[in-house]
Amino acid sequence: MADNSYDAIVVGSGISGGWAAKELTEKGLKVLLLERGQNVEHVKDYKNATQAPWEIPHRGRRTVEMTENHPNLRRDYVLNEQNLDWWAQESDSPYVEKKPFTWFRGYQVGGRSLLWGRQSYRLADIDFEANLKEGIAVDWPIRYKDIAPWYSYVEKFAGISGNKDGLAILPDGEFQPPMPLNCVEKDVAERVKKAFDNKRHIIIGRPANITQPLEGRVQCQYRNKCWLGCPFGGYFSTQSSTLPAAMKTGNLTLRPWSIVNKLIYDKDSKKATGVEVVDAETNKTYEFNAKIIFLCASAFNSTAILMRSATDVWPEGLGSSSGELGHNVMDHHFRLGANGIAEGYEDKYYFGRRPTGIYIPRFRNIDGDKRDYVRGFGYQGAASRSGWSRNVAEVNFGAPLKEALSEPGPWSMGITAFGEILPYHENTIKLSKDVKDKWGLSVLEMNAEIKENEKKMRVDMMNDAAEMLEAAGLKNVNTYDAGYTFGQGIHEMGTARMGRDPKTSVLNGNNQVWDAKNVFVTDGACMTSAAAQNPSLTYMALTARAADFAVSELKKGNL
Amino acid sequence: MAMNRRDAIKSFALMMGGAMVGANAILTGCAPDDQIQGLEFSEKDIAFLDEIGEAIIPTTDTPGAKATEIGTFMVMMVKDTYNSEQQQSFVDGLNFIKKDFKDQKGKDFMDASTEERTAYLNELKARAGELEDQSAKAIIGMVQDLTVLGYFTSEIGATQQLRYYEAPGRFDPCIDYKPGDKAYAI
Repeated sequence: MADNSYDAIVVGSGISGGWAAKELTEKGLKVLLLERGQNVEHVKDYKNATQAPWEIPHRGRRTVEMTENHPNLRRDYVLNEQNLDWWAQESDSPYVEKKPFTWFRGYQVGGRSLLWGRQSYRLADIDFEANLKEGIAVDWPIRYKDIAPWYSYVEKFAGISGNKDGLAILPDGEFQPPMPLNCVEKDVAERVKKAFDNKRHIIIGRPANITQPLEGRVQCQYRNKCWLGCPFGGYFSTQSSTLPAAMKTGNLTLRPWSIVNKLIYDKDSKKATGVEVVDAETNKTYEFNAKIIFLCASAFNSTAILMRSATDVWPEGLGSSSGELGHNVMDHHFRLGANGIAEGYEDKYYFGRRPTGIYIPRFRNIDGDKRDYVRGFGYQGAASRSGWSRNVAEVNFGAPLKEALSEPGPWSMGITAFGEILPYHENTIKLSKDVKDKWGLSVLEMNAEIKENEKKMRVDMMNDAAEMLEAAGLKNVNTYDAGYTFGQGIHEMGTARMGRDPKTSVLNGNNQVWDAKNVFVTDGACMTSAAAQNPSLTYMALTARAADFAVSELKKGNL
Repeated sequence: MAMNRRDAIKSFALMMGGAMVGANAILTGCAPDDQIQGLEFSEKDIAFLDEIGEAIIPTTDTPGAKATEIGTFMVMMVKDTYNSEQQQSFVDGLNFIKKDFKDQKGKDFMDASTEERTAYLNELKARAGELEDQSAKAIIGMVQDLTVLGYFTSEIGATQQLRYYEAPGRFDPCIDYKPGDKAYAI
């Protein structure tokens, strides 16, 4: 058994799990990092990272076979022949849609840290206080001041570029120099600021792309191919950042192909003593033991592990005593906004492919604004000149078409809104009674939908976009709503929320499971509300904070 | 006959669970060696596609679509990314072009000059909306789309007709642009 014992086990190697592994190993713990999928080695396994356009077999188009084999991925832009290996094999790992639900999973070392959008925003006090003030769900057990130093801590290491914009709604962080706005974005930002009385701000995005080198990493080379893995380490991923740091300590054991079935729970000590793992390649079962366990398997999979654990004590699983395990599913609803043409910039262009766009922080229901819904939304977008793939219906075939498409087309700017979804108790995931995955584990059943608050918000999300672009002088402004399916934001949150009371929450203010104090859940599952900001930076900060707490408790003999 | 020949052949193809590609070709009454049948494109068929591509994006001071082996590219894309209905439309549409070109111009497409072919395809594009045959309507958009895609993502198109930088290394947010400056490949 000695070989199977560690100080800590971390389940999942994505953004949260990578941070847990780094923090715990750096504090001297012997850590086993379990990953359900294949290994992906930094640089070496970024097979398509430097592919030229002509080397991409179908030039980025979808084949009939890809579409048929990926009934889930095909629902959005994520289905891409260049990184198909980095998404979960859908036929092996199905799930049940009681209501339409899109679940994009990254089952490999690094998880979705390889594939993420890298937008890194802090939550603000207004976000942590909203549930309490509005009487919605339960109060967050923490406030901005509790997490602020941890935001700083993770930002410095991860490398977030951004501008200090001085906006209360979107607190500034420890940024590397920002990437610049292009000419159109700059002018549009000025005009929007003026037109809306300095209450709406177009700022440069704050991506986890570095503009200055960090240890073992070269600054962003403006290739904008992050989702293929970056050979320069230009963006934060487990591979570029947290994994090498954890490895350097000599305290880390990484085990790919390890699906955690359940935690092993000891009734007497009220603690988990380890995990049961199914080897994804051999189907053999193993047990590993540890003093503390971090669940960072992605929101729903962390909850699924809890649901399969300690069922002899609680039939619905560890953490279910609150009645909230699997409830309060959240995401960000989006896929609507507006775009328009910017005239008068025909003599301007740019060089390089910036891996971020602009961000417009929330402006609704703050500073005296009051809508017929609560909370708010932000926008992401960009201005650019179109290229050869644009439609030039009026140009004749032959040399005219060839020449026309060889020059850049008009400037346009588009913005897409991302809105907060409230935590509804009745939006749930649960284990299916009859559907199993390839390894015989019960799969999840999704039963979630957006409601009145989100639907009312969507009206503003679309109209405000058009209003701003029009105010900025853009022409042919069009609104669009491409429709939203729950989960499509790839920001799954909730199902094991933090709270102040074990009767109404699964985790306490330090991300400890109330019913098993040596089990920590620090991925999206822990979120008590969603805010409108992209959530990954918050998982990083909560993970580092929880790891610090766990080790100090361990030292005190409390775990 | 109670059932006409076209229906009979279509029923047969459906019965066999096979794609309908080529069925219309058998029915048009052209000499079989003039017609593309099924998805097994011959060298002659690919040469025909090369010339269609070249007529859309010709050689100027840089090579045209033919130099990028556009015919082979189109065939690969049609096989892999088109559904069976689109595949049928593609094949039938090409056969329409062959026949229609001869009807309009009095000679084979392959015997014409690139300029004549370009002029014909522009005419076809202009009257595509009035055509009744769905494949004839659709084919011009298909060959245009595949030629533009294949050409500008080819090494020739991306590096000679556009500017391709694998790793730009920096971002200049606002630089001067003069007409004639090439766009970026990606």
